[in-house]
Amino acid sequence: MDFSVNSPILFVMVGIVIAFVLAQSVYFLIRAVKRAKEIGIAKEIVNKTISTAAIFTIAPAVAILVGVATLSKSLGIALPWLRLSVVGSLSYESIAANSALEALGLNTATQITDPAAFVTVLSVMTIGIAIGLILVPFCTKKIQGGIKNMEKRDKKWGEIFNNAMFLGMISAFLGYVFCDVSNAFSGDFVGLIPVCVMAVSAVVMAICGLCAMKVKAMKWMNDYALPISLICGMAAAIPITGWLS
Amino acid sequence: MKKEKLTYLESVHRDGRIWGIALCLVILLFPVAVCIVFGAVPQWNALLKGAIAVMPMYWAVGIVEMFTYVPMLGAGGAYLSFVTGNISNLKLPCAIDAMERANVKASSEEGEIISTISIAVSSIVTTVIIIIGVILIAPLTPILESEVLTPAFEQMLPALFGGLAVVFVSKNAKLSVAPIILMLALFIFVPALNKSTVGIMVPVGVIFTIIVARIMYKKGLL
Repeated sequence: MDFSVNSPILFVMVGIVIAFVLAQSVYFLIRAVKRAKEIGIAKEIVNKTISTAAIFTIAPAVAILVGVATLSKSLGIALPWLRLSVVGSLSYESIAANSALEALGLNTATQITDPAAFVTVLSVMTIGIAIGLILVPFCTKKIQGGIKNMEKRDKKWGEIFNNAMFLGMISAFLGYVFCDVSNAFSGDFVGLIPVCVMAVSAVVMAICGLCAMKVKAMKWMNDYALPISLICGMAAAIPITGWLS
Repeated sequence: MKKEKLTYLESVHRDGRIWGIALCLVILLFPVAVCIVFGAVPQWNALLKGAIAVMPMYWAVGIVEMFTYVPMLGAGGAYLSFVTGNISNLKLPCAIDAMERANVKASSEEGEIISTISIAVSSIVTTVIIIIGVILIAPLTPILESEVLTPAFEQMLPALFGGLAVVFVSKNAKLSVAPIILMLALFIFVPALNKSTVGIMVPVGVIFTIIVARIMYKKGLL
């Protein structure tokens, strides 16, 4: 078959894989909603979880879409569509594609015309991050079992352990926000942009929390505080970048 | 002999394994199918070079991530997230926020259910938005890549974790101090640490915080 990065057959093949992935999410969603009903979780909580998760996801999903648009210049649309819908992350897929293109003597601005080069890039992107995909089906039960045993022995420590894990992850990302801050001493204020954006997002989150607590009519804000702070932070990045760069 | 009925969690593990193995095969065999359709063979030298450039780091990080993220995501959330990806920048914050709002613990059955619902919804919405985006890619690309919007997308992580940090740090103020100081010091003073290495630092932050928590717990400070 004649090759093109935007060949219709590629779209059909990617569509089949994505339909399969989508089916898994739908299956687990239905099962979890059914179980929620069985054990008496209020319908209101389930509905709120669904609506908040959906609203929260919009901005990050659009950011992922930017990755599809960027990678589509060299790889066509079908491959970035697949890769950014499964397994990896925005940053990984760009790094893996770049590494493979570099190894081929190509770059991200030129569209691939050779099928051999295309399958090379596809293979590198696929195997480069496959370990989680391979191990999770076999290890999740054991890892979860270990955590459950620990909690059985000491319930309070189990709760602290969970909080410690969340905090550990959040602290790593807070650290990353400050990674270029020291450049400000040499007159380069670009490193302050993420710090200011984070501060805006944090203030908005705090305001949402206070409003929900103090004003009865604004209680709904509590449920949507994270998407609101995310959007406000991202929106604030536009004038802050203009100001500091 | 009558078969014993599986608990919800046991059935999640059974189904998660079946879906996980099936999807793993579908995703890993996709390049092979493309090779067959176009009658193409990868350029082995370039494949090896490209794989060597990404595999050592991402496989090592992937193994550590599995031990770090699985307990936080819950069983159903883990089986879904490791297939759909974008864990630290989307699925996990989404699940953490959902459990916080529903006031449930990650380790409880309620937590397992809320986490699974939020991650499943997030995965479906992401997939649908990307499908819409792919259909409308031509008119959307100039907007998505416009100079005005680029800073907003570039600063998604600080905007996300600023809000999330307020919730968790305010609720765990004493425990937050040490990991935040350590991570700030590392990211400010070690030039090699930046956006592309933050994934490696997540397990470091998690392990360090667990050690600090254990010491504080044993001393009766938590």
